[in-house]
Amino acid sequence: MTDQRLSLHYETVLEGGKHWSLNIRAGTLLRLTDLDGGANVGMLFYNPLNTLERYNAPDTLKCQHTFKLTRGHCLYSDMGRIFCSVVEDTHGWHDTVCGNLTKRAVAQRWGEKSYQEYRNDWTQNGHDAFLVEGGKYGLGRRDLAANLNWFSKVAAADDGALHFDASFAKAGAQVGLRFEMDTLVLLHTCPHPLDTAKEYPRKPVKISLSEAAPVAADDFCKNSRPENGRGFANTELYRLCGCPDPARATHPGSAS
Amino acid sequence: MKTSSTLATNTAIFQRRIPAGDYWIHAIKRGQRLRIVDVEGNQAADTLFYNAADPFDRYSAVDTIREQRNVYLTTGSKLLSTSGRVLAEIVADTVGRHDTLGGACATESNTVRYDLEKRTMHACRDSYVLALQENEQWGIGKRDLAHNINFFMNVPVTPDGGLMFADGVSGPGQYVELEAAIDIIVLISNCPQLNNPCNAYNPTPLDVLIWDADVR
Repeated sequence: MTDQRLSLHYETVLEGGKHWSLNIRAGTLLRLTDLDGGANVGMLFYNPLNTLERYNAPDTLKCQHTFKLTRGHCLYSDMGRIFCSVVEDTHGWHDTVCGNLTKRAVAQRWGEKSYQEYRNDWTQNGHDAFLVEGGKYGLGRRDLAANLNWFSKVAAADDGALHFDASFAKAGAQVGLRFEMDTLVLLHTCPHPLDTAKEYPRKPVKISLSEAAPVAADDFCKNSRPENGRGFANTELYRLCGCPDPARATHPGSAS
Repeated sequence: MKTSSTLATNTAIFQRRIPAGDYWIHAIKRGQRLRIVDVEGNQAADTLFYNAADPFDRYSAVDTIREQRNVYLTTGSKLLSTSGRVLAEIVADTVGRHDTLGGACATESNTVRYDLEKRTMHACRDSYVLALQENEQWGIGKRDLAHNINFFMNVPVTPDGGLMFADGVSGPGQYVELEAAIDIIVLISNCPQLNNPCNAYNPTPLDVLIWDADVR
């Protein structure tokens, strides 16, 4: 029996201001590329078998004593498991505390461009993008959580004041996520909510899906902190005994 | 910013002590004030708010900190819901800084943070879940448990992107006071965490007091 996942290789470009969603299996590498510099990718994770299990930004930050996200970090669910690990990152600082643009914020900052008048160049917002994509899986406003904002650096000063650092953007910056469990991914390419660009930014993002290399014993993310070793142990237990498809548990990509 | 309240405790219409490890859920009317007192010092009051008229619209940490452009909560902070509605405003704060990035402790995250075999230790998320199971009248449950406020916790963010769990800046008798902007439900877990040096591994009681709008 051949495993179709071994031949997984898919590539697409999402224009700025759009949204998408997909289920991603454990063992898949999702790579995002900020083609022009200045892109933002909003992202949320859910367990497709129990969507009450979600990406949890506070747990992710406090388990790793970090405010920014970069290579070596693991992205945790509220159940102490790891949806995915950041195995590659040439950008260096990603936000997960600022949430999304709203329809109202877009109108105030850049003026709203309606679909009727502007067609595919209408000004979509991240909040509604998540509602639309989540709704396709029975999720709604009750299921929203603090999301990731890939390629957006937001720093906090000593007094806690937030600063969006537009100068940090790099054309060609890449981040690679290795999925450690089967995950429903909601994503959008709407601007970061603190982006003060003069015009509504429309930055394309390349998305590629491929087979990840198996997690080695000396894996950087698994070993970057003792907490992550325990997070991997929780995730492995779930994969080995909590999975409804016994064939999946013995899949080579799920070995760790 | 540190500020104090002019309200006298003898004019409060409600007063309750919340032991560590317990929850408290209560409806607060628009204009009423809620004071949470850190009785013995550096105790975490893990707090959530819901719009009473529409409990699916609940406190949103990310919307709150983004709109005020600051990660810390203190006097003047408006606590926003997912829909951008102001639920309450902090009107007095003798501590000066409260956390809303660290979330609540959970048995599951305890296994990651401390030890895999600590999965059975009591945690705020269990208190939250029980609170909503025992108060079905609001029609909300685990699905509606979002990122909370940790009153009296000091979780400094460093300019280079670190996050620290520092010694508390609160102390015995310190308090925070909120005014409800609309009718709200407040849900507090008095944190039972035994693994955190922030509370000197010693969870202690909280007091809550409510004043009607017309006493002011």
